Amino acid sequence: MNNDLRNGATVLAALGISKEVSSPEGPLTILSDVTFSIQSGESVAVVGPSGAGKSTLLALLAGLDLPTSGHVELNGHNLGKLDEDGRARVRAESVGFVFQSFHLVPSLNALENIMLPLELAGAGDPRAASLAIIEQVGLSERFKHYPAQLSGGEKQRVAIARAFALEPAVLFADEPTGNLDSRTGSNIMKLMFELNQESSTTLVLVTHDLSLAERCDRVLTLEGGRLVSDSKAGS
Amino acid sequence: MKAITFALRSFGREIRSGEVIVLLAAVALAVGVLTAVGFLTDRIGKAVARQANEVLAADLRLRSQEPVPESWQDAAAQYNLQTARTQTFPSVVFAGELSALATIKAVSDAYPLRGAVRVSDTLFGEQRTVDNVPPRGEVWADGAFLARVNADVGDTVQLGESELRVSAVLTYRPDQSVGFASLAPSLLVNIADIPATKLIGDGSRVQYALLVAGRDDDVDEFYAAVEDDLPDAIRVSDREDGSERAYRAADRAQRFLSLTAVISVLLSAVAVAMSARRFAHRRMDTVALMKSLGATQGFVITVAIVQLVLLGALGVLIGSAVGYAAEETLAWVLADIIAADLPPVGLMPVVLASGSALVLLVGFALPSLLQLRNTPPLRILRHDMMPPAPSRLLVAGLSVLAVAALLYRAVSDPWMLVILLAGIVVIAAALYVVGRLLVASMGRFRSGVGVAWRYGLANVARRGRASAIQVVAFGLGLTMLLLLTIVRTDLLQGWSKTLDEDAPNHFMINIQPHELDSVGGIFEAAGIERPEFVPMVRARMSTINGEDVKTRSYPDPGGEWMANREANLSFAANLSSTNEVIDGEWWPPDYDGPPLVSVEEEAALETGIGIGDKLVFKVAGQDIELTIASIRRVNWDSFQPNFFMVLSPGALDNMPTTYISALKLPQEQKSVLVSLVRKHPSISVIDIDAILQQVRGIIDKASLAVQAVFVFTLAAGIAVLFAAVQATIDERRFESAMLRALGAPRRTVFAGVMTEFGALGLAAGVLASAGASILAAIVAVQLFELPYSFNPWLWVSGIAAGVVLVCASGFVAARGAVNSPPVDVLRAA
Repeated sequence: MNNDLRNGATVLAALGISKEVSSPEGPLTILSDVTFSIQSGESVAVVGPSGAGKSTLLALLAGLDLPTSGHVELNGHNLGKLDEDGRARVRAESVGFVFQSFHLVPSLNALENIMLPLELAGAGDPRAASLAIIEQVGLSERFKHYPAQLSGGEKQRVAIARAFALEPAVLFADEPTGNLDSRTGSNIMKLMFELNQESSTTLVLVTHDLSLAERCDRVLTLEGGRLVSDSKAGS
Repeated sequence: MKAITFALRSFGREIRSGEVIVLLAAVALAVGVLTAVGFLTDRIGKAVARQANEVLAADLRLRSQEPVPESWQDAAAQYNLQTARTQTFPSVVFAGELSALATIKAVSDAYPLRGAVRVSDTLFGEQRTVDNVPPRGEVWADGAFLARVNADVGDTVQLGESELRVSAVLTYRPDQSVGFASLAPSLLVNIADIPATKLIGDGSRVQYALLVAGRDDDVDEFYAAVEDDLPDAIRVSDREDGSERAYRAADRAQRFLSLTAVISVLLSAVAVAMSARRFAHRRMDTVALMKSLGATQGFVITVAIVQLVLLGALGVLIGSAVGYAAEETLAWVLADIIAADLPPVGLMPVVLASGSALVLLVGFALPSLLQLRNTPPLRILRHDMMPPAPSRLLVAGLSVLAVAALLYRAVSDPWMLVILLAGIVVIAAALYVVGRLLVASMGRFRSGVGVAWRYGLANVARRGRASAIQVVAFGLGLTMLLLLTIVRTDLLQGWSKTLDEDAPNHFMINIQPHELDSVGGIFEAAGIERPEFVPMVRARMSTINGEDVKTRSYPDPGGEWMANREANLSFAANLSSTNEVIDGEWWPPDYDGPPLVSVEEEAALETGIGIGDKLVFKVAGQDIELTIASIRRVNWDSFQPNFFMVLSPGALDNMPTTYISALKLPQEQKSVLVSLVRKHPSISVIDIDAILQQVRGIIDKASLAVQAVFVFTLAAGIAVLFAAVQATIDERRFESAMLRALGAPRRTVFAGVMTEFGALGLAAGVLASAGASILAAIVAVQLFELPYSFNPWLWVSGIAAGVVLVCASGFVAARGAVNSPPVDVLRAA
């Protein structure tokens, strides 16, 4: 990874991004002129009520979708200038995901799911690397199990292992504990923060759980598609 | 490269996880059907062709008035072909004091190369097949000849300067002709005995023939190599002109088998398209995930194509094995019925099936997989995000091209291809439009009926386009099944009608008018109904509307031949039951006016004559002027005596008339023929039992093949229905779980599902009946030259089959969905 980016350099920036979609009642603004930047190694929570535009912001930051205006810079790339394949390449080299509903490939077992991004990025020995990381998430006994044979917490551990396998510059987590009970959820978050510290990855966490948000370095609050506050955690 | 390794590796995982099983099964089924049908048509086709070749006793016959040079025989040997020589000539043969004219057929050892000679040990006795030719010094003689010369097996006959012993009665040789050209009874002798007879010299009327047979390819290569060098004096016959009747049956059979194969292919295509859609749909989440993890479109598409190719290869492998096994089983089961010497199967069907599988996948599965490429990665966060639907032009273009390619291979006839394609497109479009109408009209029936009814109809309406597509698929599959059923029934009826059990098996010809009573009496004395005697007068046409037949021009060369040859005229008061007047009118039974004539349809067409035209025939030196009063269609397959020209009663009075008669004689009554020919030696009796058996054999094999192939096609059709239901199974499982979670009893959920499938089946049934009626009419008339009649049962059975098949498939497929515990389903979602 780019070490110079880890030393406080900007790794992710939203520059005046807006998102409009068409609806039967005319254009609907989901995000409106959102600007901020995130330094390498920071952990940032995006909070706000339902419909505030959190997931849309995440999609734009990760290049899964394009803003109507403004642009996103991710790890030195202006995403607006890249086509879909270009954005995919940026994701392959610098982005990891953890989703609320896990999104494991049902036809692949736990280990194969972890190997997937490594294979996509053409990494050296995907199997060895995956075996190492599956041990870190405490699932080395169950690596041959398919998603259907795993509990919710176990699935999310696999998803986290998969997200960290490539040591991405930025890890996006979308309500990672939303489908888990509180005890499992807090274990999962503990694991995620630990891994985040070890690999000094930048973490962007979308959540409506304020106690979770407070464990991050910074909290961005969205309301009605606008960025209403950008504060250090606890302040 | 990375994508290929990934595709290879994940393909194994996909197979293991069962995700691609549905699509793989569809491809394997398609290949299996194609291979089995291919193997079967290949073998049956060969068997039928071989049977047709029997008429030549060879695959190819080189015939000449001069001895066929040795060099051609050597050339044939170079192509690994078997050869045999024959010499045919007329000669008077003596037996004691009596003599008769006979056709001498001298044959070499290998004769016949196709078919077999049959003999019996006594006159009109039981026949047996032999695999040799008469040994030197022996002769096998026609029963009619022996009767005429009052000889029997064991007697000696004088042929030229040789004395030969009659060692058997010749009852059948494959190349005997049915026509009246070779009236003289034949004698089969060893070709090595001929020189000693000194019968062949300058100016003798000998037909020399070289018979050739072997593997089809070798025969074709040999013929291609020698074709240009053959002198004009040598006439070549192959199976196509060997026997028109046998060939026509074989040709119909092959066309039918091709049509059946086409239908199987189309059904498989529908199944492949449906399961590919489902496969693609189920992979969308994975593709979105891979894209969010950084996979490019190129990567996604390479993976899809590599997997498609792997799937195709695996499908071909499994399908060929299944097809081959099915064919082997069938051949084994049918071994007694299909001649045991069915030619071995070539590998060609496997090659063709593989090619077809590729075409199927490209034409029907590729569009769905290409669509995957455009799956938005955003789907990972918003599950309702779908890739844009594949371009309709692309989908339609690819599938039409694929269907055209597959159809063309099967029918290899551009005109047929256009008819079939147009029929398919029209029916699919009509089905789709009506499907949409049905879906749209469902709303008004929803209120006021039970919850199950409402739920079922709501499902049809809500799935809108999907419902319409299902109607199209069900309807198309059903159309094909119905079409096959009608065409098959029509064909078999057509065939069996023309060759029913009462078809005559003997002809008596050359009966003089004064012999009629005596001949009739012989039959009556034996307790057999007096046969019907049909008059026949030899004549030659001299003018048509005053124009000389020699200088006139004809629309068809056949017409010129017809007008210039020696004709057989007949006269009758009543129209024969095997004839039908298609133009003009038949004269009243007591007609007494100027001479009229009724002309056979094709003769009239080829000669270019019609109602009111004047024909002059020369009969025994007198001119008779005839006016054409009607045109008749004749069922030549009936084996009844029929004539191109039938005159009004009285037109041929006092002309030299002989009579012919056709009659059905069972084996146990054949002895009556011995007394007949003894008392009336000038009457020729032709036993056509053997020929009838030959024709029946061809037809039996052909219809058996058709029925066997029909079973495969039926399986393919049912597979389509299952694939269609399978396509919505996830949705159904979820809905049923939800309804049951809301407190609906299973019975209600089932009733809803049945309502839905019933409605879809009804629509598909109505449309399929209409489509099949139209297609069948076209096919019957254009392809099989059989008249088509409207069949109301088609509609009853079409609609019933639609509702029953769709409901049954729905029941089987949805049972699992309705029965899965709601909690599992809802949790997994």
